[in-house]
Amino acid sequence: MLKDIEKLLRQDKMPHIWCPGCGNGIVMKAMLEAINSTGIDTKKTVVVSGIGCSSRATGYMNFDTLHTTHGRALAFATGVKLAKPELNVFVVTGDGDGSAIGGNHLIHAARRNIDINVVMFNNNIYGMTGGQYSPLTPHGKFATTAPYGNFDRAFNICDLVKGAGATFIGRGTVFHTKVLTEMIKGAIENKGFSFVEAVSICPISYGRRNKMGTAPQMMEWLKENSVPVKAASKLPPEKVAGKILVGELYKEEAPEFTQKYDELIARFQKGAE
Amino acid sequence: MAKIVINQKWCKACGICYGLCPKGVLDKDDTGKVVVKNPDACIMCRICEEHCPDYCIKIGG
Ligand SMILES: Cc1ncc(C[n+]2csc(CCOP(=O)(O)OP(=O)(O)O)c2C)c(N)n1
Ligand code: SF4
Ligand code: SF4
Ligand code: SF4
Ligand SMILES: [Mg+2]
Repeated sequence: MLKDIEKLLRQDKMPHIWCPGCGNGIVMKAMLEAINSTGIDTKKTVVVSGIGCSSRATGYMNFDTLHTTHGRALAFATGVKLAKPELNVFVVTGDGDGSAIGGNHLIHAARRNIDINVVMFNNNIYGMTGGQYSPLTPHGKFATTAPYGNFDRAFNICDLVKGAGATFIGRGTVFHTKVLTEMIKGAIENKGFSFVEAVSICPISYGRRNKMGTAPQMMEWLKENSVPVKAASKLPPEKVAGKILVGELYKEEAPEFTQKYDELIARFQKGAE
Repeated sequence: MAKIVINQKWCKACGICYGLCPKGVLDKDDTGKVVVKNPDACIMCRICEEHCPDYCIKIGG
């Protein structure tokens, strides 16, 4: 509830900079709800972001925060986590920040299974710079750099991080706020690399160009075009094709990077005695 | 009657809250910002609170 998370907002920085109807505020709220309800120590919580509208979230969240350079949030976050493994480390990234310029950091952080919780704000576009297509812009959709429709196919970013080695993967949307919060809670509870795709809306740089209507209409679109992953397995394929699957997508146990690193240090310290 | 607390100062008139409210409790003023029109109909579902991107609505105080 809003009254429980207000303390986690930098009130003096509000109202935030995001456009009317932008989904970023809803994703940030889900993060705050998840952090609040898991009861993790907010004094030992660090949020790191890259560059983009979504990455501005670190300016409003009342933790130790780092607003870094485009695509590099995971590199900074890896440094923070390795220096102080007891910290709860989050990364806020956009679909452009995290899957284009920062895509290599993403797959390798997943491969290491380092205990970082990534929340990717996916609005399917480079919002901040006015609407260039990203690797998550669906095929055929319009962007300033795709005036005849996007030629490329989009990544399924959750499948990509699964292939790379992530140990918790979930997806929610800014319409499915409860699922989104649950997925971020799942990420916090997983001791390893966790990835949550937060499907968001950008009515200004994406919605307008793709004639998706007002912010509430884009919300309706998310509602109509999403299927809970558990229900999807029981539905005929034609009812699932092209839909956004929401819920927990993957979970596994695997050795965590900083823990392995500490074990290595302990082994050599013992040898030196 | 549900207590609905609105922070109109932060409201950006996006229309999400009154677009999603299932009971027609919320409406817009002539600038598009949220107003409470019919508080008695509120069922405290919190759909508005959860989906307002601008942290403007608190249900139940
Ligand atoms: C090295 C570098 N290249 C390019 C840019 C320009 N730039 C700023 S934000 C951005 C894309 C952001 O897209 P996304 O991560 O999806 O964030 P959104 O604004 O959509 O939330 C780009 C290309 C930059 N700031 N730095
Ligand atoms: S351009 Fe899009 S993503 Fe950026 S603040 Fe505006 S609505 Fe949000
Ligand atoms: S709590 Fe539900 S019924 Fe009440 S104003 Fe909000 S959306 Fe409408
Ligand atoms: S959802 Fe929030 S910002 Fe949008 S109209 Fe309602 S109160 Fe205003
Ligand atoms: Mg984006």
